[in-house]
Amino acid sequence: MIGFIKHQVKTFGLIELFKGLAVTGKYFFKKKITVRYPEEKTPLSPRFRGHHALRRYANGEERCIACKLCEAVCPANAITIEAEEREDGSRRTTRYDIDMFKCIYCGFCEEACPVDAVVETRVFEYEFHQRGENIMTKDKLLAFGDKHEAQIAADRAADAKYR
Amino acid sequence: MFNALQGWLSIFLWDWLAILMTLVLQVVIVVLPIMIAVAFLTLAERKVIGFMQVRMGPNRVGPNGILQPFADALKLIMKEFVRPQQSNLYLFIIAPVLALAPVVAAWAVIPFGEGAVVSDINVGVMYVLAVSSIVVYGVIIAGWASNSKYAFLGALRASAQKVSYEIAMGFALVTVLMVAGSMNLTEIVHGQQGGFWNWYWIPLLPMLAVYFISGLAETNRTPFDVVEGEAEIVAGFHVEYSSMGFGVFMLAEYAMMVLISFMTAIMFLGGWYSPFENIPVLDPLTAWIPGFIWLFLKVAFLLFLFLWFRATFPRYRYDQLMRLGWKVLIPLTIVWVFVVGVMHYFSIGPWFN
Repeated sequence: MIGFIKHQVKTFGLIELFKGLAVTGKYFFKKKITVRYPEEKTPLSPRFRGHHALRRYANGEERCIACKLCEAVCPANAITIEAEEREDGSRRTTRYDIDMFKCIYCGFCEEACPVDAVVETRVFEYEFHQRGENIMTKDKLLAFGDKHEAQIAADRAADAKYR
Repeated sequence: MFNALQGWLSIFLWDWLAILMTLVLQVVIVVLPIMIAVAFLTLAERKVIGFMQVRMGPNRVGPNGILQPFADALKLIMKEFVRPQQSNLYLFIIAPVLALAPVVAAWAVIPFGEGAVVSDINVGVMYVLAVSSIVVYGVIIAGWASNSKYAFLGALRASAQKVSYEIAMGFALVTVLMVAGSMNLTEIVHGQQGGFWNWYWIPLLPMLAVYFISGLAETNRTPFDVVEGEAEIVAGFHVEYSSMGFGVFMLAEYAMMVLISFMTAIMFLGGWYSPFENIPVLDPLTAWIPGFIWLFLKVAFLLFLFLWFRATFPRYRYDQLMRLGWKVLIPLTIVWVFVVGVMHYFSIGPWFN
């Protein structure tokens, strides 16, 4: 009998419903976690994998030695490399293309690289307007690396002790 | 006020033109704010639900998203009106109109303040009930004319649900009429004069709950929106509607919400009366606030409840919904009609003497 009365009070008192309302009512006043993207941005990890870049040594010599490890490891076959001997006898690439549409941003190329030449940067806000722009050539990648070298170097330094 | 206007106009216009102009003016004065309220209600809904889900809601169009409803309306107007080839064109087009028109018509008897009512008829409650139940036809016709299984199932659900809950709603209002002794909405509000504790929500608290729950079901809002249950029947009766046809259905739904909130405020929450009447300090402090502000505050709170419920409750299963309507709410209202009758007859309690 007591159980019956308890049940009826619970049912007609809409107890459970008010509990539910209390939960949503509480969240109504909570601080909102939305990030208003173009104006606000979330912090990025030094390990963030965005737009690719090719790096140079401090003396201006390009790092890439055309070992083709990145091409071999790339799971999406996004990287195409052709290499030839340069006048000074060193092995360098004549072509280094990354197809940004094929790329899955796994970061394996960066991990495979023995000389830290190809890296993925923090830059993720880029877009292509014409067909063909998605192929990042060696020139573009080197120029991109030159432009962002300070940030790239800082990120590598921050992550150095974990590598 | 409008009589004076009509008299002034008829000095230099034909009589029938003066009457017509006055009528059109009255309609515009009542309907325009409602449409604006409806527009911002859609924004408020998205904002409130967003806030309850710890996000911002729309905030791109205008400052804090304040212009979002206009962007939505513009988008709907620009869209192509697609008509299913096998549909009945005449019924397909008339259905949204039939859904919206009664909701708008019902505003004719809603008093916004002392004497601020388009037509102060003696059967106001009856009129609102009668007119708002015509909305069902819009839904049924929409479902039928679409010639689509989902739309038809949605329409069947809608009609069954609305008809069922109309009974509980009617009985809930009967108790109000018994206490007020009048069907005139202005008279009902007058009966609640004298502050917070004299409103009908205290002696009729269960009826307030029943009325509001039935109102949720009448407007097809969560937790009773099986009509458009997107998991089972896509969007219910308005699957086939696009462009402004869909927009008008949305308009009708939200206008109905506002109407139910107004009715609840007038029936149970003292209409345009201040809650602080006869309270020593607060009454003189708030005496300058005009009545319609209080009414709008009450309505705003009730509309917030609509949105709050939407953010909180999961949808009822169809058989549970019918069980609640027929086996819980209707018996409850009948019992309460009896209780109120006895209390009224023997003048029991502070509200019945």
